[in-house]
Amino acid sequence: MGEVMILTGNYSAAYAAKAARVQVVAAYPITPQTSIVEKIAELIERGEMKCEYVRVESEHSAMAACIGASAAGARAFTATSAHGLAYMHEMLHWAAGARLPIVMAVINRAMGPPWNIWPDHIDSLSQRDTGWIQFYVESNQEFFDTIIQAYRVAEDPEVRMPAMVCGDGFLLSHTYQPVHVLSEKEVEEYLPPYEPPFDISDVDNPVTHGNIVLAEAVGTQVGYMEYRYLMQVGMLKAKDKIKKAADDFKRMFGRYHGALVEEYRTNDAEVVMVSMGTLAAQAKYVVDMLREQGYQVGSVKLRVYRPFPYEDFIRIGRRVKVLVVVDRNASYGYCGISAADIAAALYGEKNPPLIMNFIVGIGGRDVTPDMQAELFMRAFKALEEEKEGFICEWVGLKGD
Amino acid sequence: MKIVVKNYEWMKEIPPTPLSRPGPGSMGMTGRWRAERPVINYEKCKKCGMCWTYCPENAIVFSKDEGPRINYNYCKGCLVCVEECPYDAIKVEREVVEWEK
Repeated sequence: MGEVMILTGNYSAAYAAKAARVQVVAAYPITPQTSIVEKIAELIERGEMKCEYVRVESEHSAMAACIGASAAGARAFTATSAHGLAYMHEMLHWAAGARLPIVMAVINRAMGPPWNIWPDHIDSLSQRDTGWIQFYVESNQEFFDTIIQAYRVAEDPEVRMPAMVCGDGFLLSHTYQPVHVLSEKEVEEYLPPYEPPFDISDVDNPVTHGNIVLAEAVGTQVGYMEYRYLMQVGMLKAKDKIKKAADDFKRMFGRYHGALVEEYRTNDAEVVMVSMGTLAAQAKYVVDMLREQGYQVGSVKLRVYRPFPYEDFIRIGRRVKVLVVVDRNASYGYCGISAADIAAALYGEKNPPLIMNFIVGIGGRDVTPDMQAELFMRAFKALEEEKEGFICEWVGLKGD
Repeated sequence: MKIVVKNYEWMKEIPPTPLSRPGPGSMGMTGRWRAERPVINYEKCKKCGMCWTYCPENAIVFSKDEGPRINYNYCKGCLVCVEECPYDAIKVEREVVEWEK
């Protein structure tokens, strides 16, 4: 099904927006994202994509335009990276609070200074608490498929939360891979048109969105906290919707990239490596390599970071001895961002696994399969030494 | 770890995001916020409607026959109309509140 094209991650995201019948795109260029919206502009110009393209003066405005479009009932899309995403921050809260199912491709890039355009995950993880669903993808095909799935989840009436689909800068964004590209028609049944909860364009019955709501719930009125709790409910419900979106996608198109997490050879594994994005793709290769040498190892791809799949980690944590959590990010003054969440999920478990958290690949520093294999070996050594608890360490620094 | 899910039956009755429908005075008599009062001098007024066009609060009612009329219940006293009037026909008076003793 579909047509196989040789695409970069960025072009793959652009074709996904086309297949999802996106109606409004508002975006501002930033490396390494730029060629997503360049491609979309080209597809519109050539008449291959029916979509309103809004040129704006900043990422803050790009998101604001998407918010307006989505509130008016259009399917909206944008893309950004690093500083552009940080500049959107205020509007990210607005999109989530207004429950608008905008989907955004984020090409992960390090934050400056020092100035850097290469991948790490700090840009999108810094937006963790804005109320956006976050997917992390490992291949250009997964990028394409996940953008389509993301719309289906985000627009679900029980969810109504925006979603970002994150791919590693350059490692995906500028790397060509074969991608099965679906057409608008093929996707139509899987992703029907967006049905907004109310019609904002009815000028005879005008409404104001997002007006002031007071702190206290008085009488029949609800307060601010109730609206915020509805976001929590929407996010928790998104978990089942993400699973269903992945299952239905598999049934209709024959491809599956995991739901909230993707487990690889974890059934009898003693040591499991948890990672996000392209590191998870490479971890599978390393697992195969070590399995051939007789090591019982596996890999878990953390595909959805919010809502956080804590149930999956409790389940996996009960049967493995060591979780090697590889973070391509760091929360300065503490540990890797995903490792802190995984540790919280496992708190109170009777025999929790040792968590070895390694901070790697910051600002695009190369993470080789040999290095990942070495981290597995360190886990086996820690197991021999009967280490317990949580250990965090930056690896791959000069002098290591 | 366990995340407690509360009863959210009440959510069925409210929209996913707060909505308000425009109407006069949903925030009360905002004219009370006024420190200075614009007063139209109808002898100078040419009924051009510039004050009505620029009033950010829609607190000026306009008809071609009678010209503009300021609704002091909602005029916050921003004095944009004073600035915009091409005929200098709106003067500013200090708002004085008489407190009961």
